[in-house]
Amino acid sequence: MNDARPYWTHNIRYLTVLLLIWFAVSYGCGILFVEELNRIRLPGSGFKLGFWFAQQGSIWVFVVLIFVYVKLMNRLDRRFGVDESAEPAGRAEQHDRPAAGAGEGETR
Amino acid sequence: MDVQAWTFVIVGLTFALYIGIAVWSKARSTGEFYVAGAGVPPLANGMATAADWMSAASFLGMAGMISFLGYDGSVYLMGWTGGYVLLALLLAPYLRKFGKYTVPDFVGDRYESQAARLVAVFCAIFISFTYVSGQMRGVGLVFSRFLEVEIETGVFIGMGLVFFYAVLGGMKGITYTQVAQYCVLIFAYMVPAIFISILMTGNPIPQIGMGGHELGTTVTLLDKLDGLHADLGFASYTHGSKAMIDVFCITAALMVGTAGLPHVIIRFYTVPRVRDARSSAGWALLFIAVLYTAAPAVAVFARTNLLNTVAGKPYAEMPEWFGKWEATKLIAYQDKNGDGLIQYVGDPLTNELTIDNDIMVLANPEIAGLPDWVVGLVAAGGLAAALSTAAGLLLVVSSAVSHDLLKRALATDISERGELIAARISAAVAVVVAGYLGINPPDYVAAVVAFAFGLAASSFFPVILLGIFSKRMNRAGAIAGMLTGIGFTTAYIVRFKFVSPELNTPDNWLWGISPEGIGTVGMGINFLVATIASRLTAPPSEAVQRLIEDIRVPRGAGEAHEVSA
Repeated sequence: MNDARPYWTHNIRYLTVLLLIWFAVSYGCGILFVEELNRIRLPGSGFKLGFWFAQQGSIWVFVVLIFVYVKLMNRLDRRFGVDESAEPAGRAEQHDRPAAGAGEGETR
Repeated sequence: MDVQAWTFVIVGLTFALYIGIAVWSKARSTGEFYVAGAGVPPLANGMATAADWMSAASFLGMAGMISFLGYDGSVYLMGWTGGYVLLALLLAPYLRKFGKYTVPDFVGDRYESQAARLVAVFCAIFISFTYVSGQMRGVGLVFSRFLEVEIETGVFIGMGLVFFYAVLGGMKGITYTQVAQYCVLIFAYMVPAIFISILMTGNPIPQIGMGGHELGTTVTLLDKLDGLHADLGFASYTHGSKAMIDVFCITAALMVGTAGLPHVIIRFYTVPRVRDARSSAGWALLFIAVLYTAAPAVAVFARTNLLNTVAGKPYAEMPEWFGKWEATKLIAYQDKNGDGLIQYVGDPLTNELTIDNDIMVLANPEIAGLPDWVVGLVAAGGLAAALSTAAGLLLVVSSAVSHDLLKRALATDISERGELIAARISAAVAVVVAGYLGINPPDYVAAVVAFAFGLAASSFFPVILLGIFSKRMNRAGAIAGMLTGIGFTTAYIVRFKFVSPELNTPDNWLWGISPEGIGTVGMGINFLVATIASRLTAPPSEAVQRLIEDIRVPRGAGEAHEVSA
């Protein structure tokens, strides 16, 4: 538990950056500055840029953001030794057994 | 084979598949019934979540809605996808670590309050029933149009099927049928989209074809559509006509509402580990994005096709599908100037054609003249979307009653066996109530959908978020926040949707925010009140502080759900 504080600070930092991007592509490009961006065309297509962000681009960025977060956090978990790879995966059968193997994760 | 025969065959085959899966995956314990024993692989959970989330409204209604709204329809596209970023980053991993079965479980345990638990139970049940009635209507619509049976018969068949796999299989049965339903629905959505994209633009990828040139011309499709709209007096397709603040608030309410919907949150309890909760949110959004980026393309194709086919054309020359949809009263033509032509224009005084949003996806393959089997496939896809969402919602109702209300509040000494029986009975009752709502849809269904999102945004989201990210947040803050947030949102929506709907215009709205977007303000109020109230009262107990510390780190997720075995 000594590692809890810096682990959490790192997490919050990742969250802040990723959510800023999340806000920028949807509310920023798709809503607040949509008219300005609509003056530009996405090269090689009929899309006005603001319209494209609102109906296509923001959605794809959302997907990428989640996978980036997954990668960052898996790395962070390992770095601070709080990852779950040492633990047995919770299977259906395991659930009915009281506390079977629950503590094993900590011993490694 | 004709359209109806194809529809029978394809729908029959998919239903047989769902039943087969249900028999194979019967739930044996409450853990399996509520969260599929927390043993669902993340990729499968992503697919199940996608099917769970994409309802009849997404499959049947959304492309149609966007084709009528143009840019303004973006609120649904961004709103119903952006919430997954919030879920993956702010809620899902921590709730999975917490590991209990339901959202009210977290609220009740984190705030050590039965009152907070009961408020959460009430919200969960209300939101779920609001949603489910729309799904059953979708089932009825597909059956009545394509199999030409009564809407009642269609709803009964749908009820029977959901009853079978939800009551028998619980979350386990639902999860694996949802995986199959995702495959059916995405195939059914993409096949016609790809066909039409090739026909209209020569590009097989609808998401790219949408921005391409109309086949054989140098005009881009979007410019052509804007031109057609200008000629006919409709608002520009690629530019909005709603106020920016309203677009902003509706998008935010839908995003936050999505992240707070109990049937979506509950899916992240079903994976083995915290890291799986994170990645399955990513898979879910990827699977959803396939449909959600195709939908605006379908909207553009359908709109252009529709205008080309009907606007200014003689009524007598309309193709067969036009008459069939007229029979269902979802298309209505009134020859106001008596010239036998269809004036489809923006001006309501001279416009002679009204078209229900909901039919665009179903009618699209016929409008584009695609083969009969594609039409049958779309019907099966619509049913898959409606049934998968209905099942997920019914499970929330069932677990709210048997687990949160009975086990955790009213009859805490109930045995595992008793709780499982109670869960099955409440699932069965919920199916019957949902069927009733599908056959006798209350007039206010459309109006209360805004309510469901507003409520989720102004109640669950802030309470869960603060419960994880603020150690100082306590019982008084959570309850005060929830009550003021829900109270404000409810009062605003009830005033404009039920009490005086005639006042429901931008001039009367608070800061120009429509009832659809007011959940955003409700959420703000919840955050504010909760923070102030918690600072004025004592911090939460030692045990709760430890609980928060514990859910913030992934290691040890296995032990959380052992407690209740």
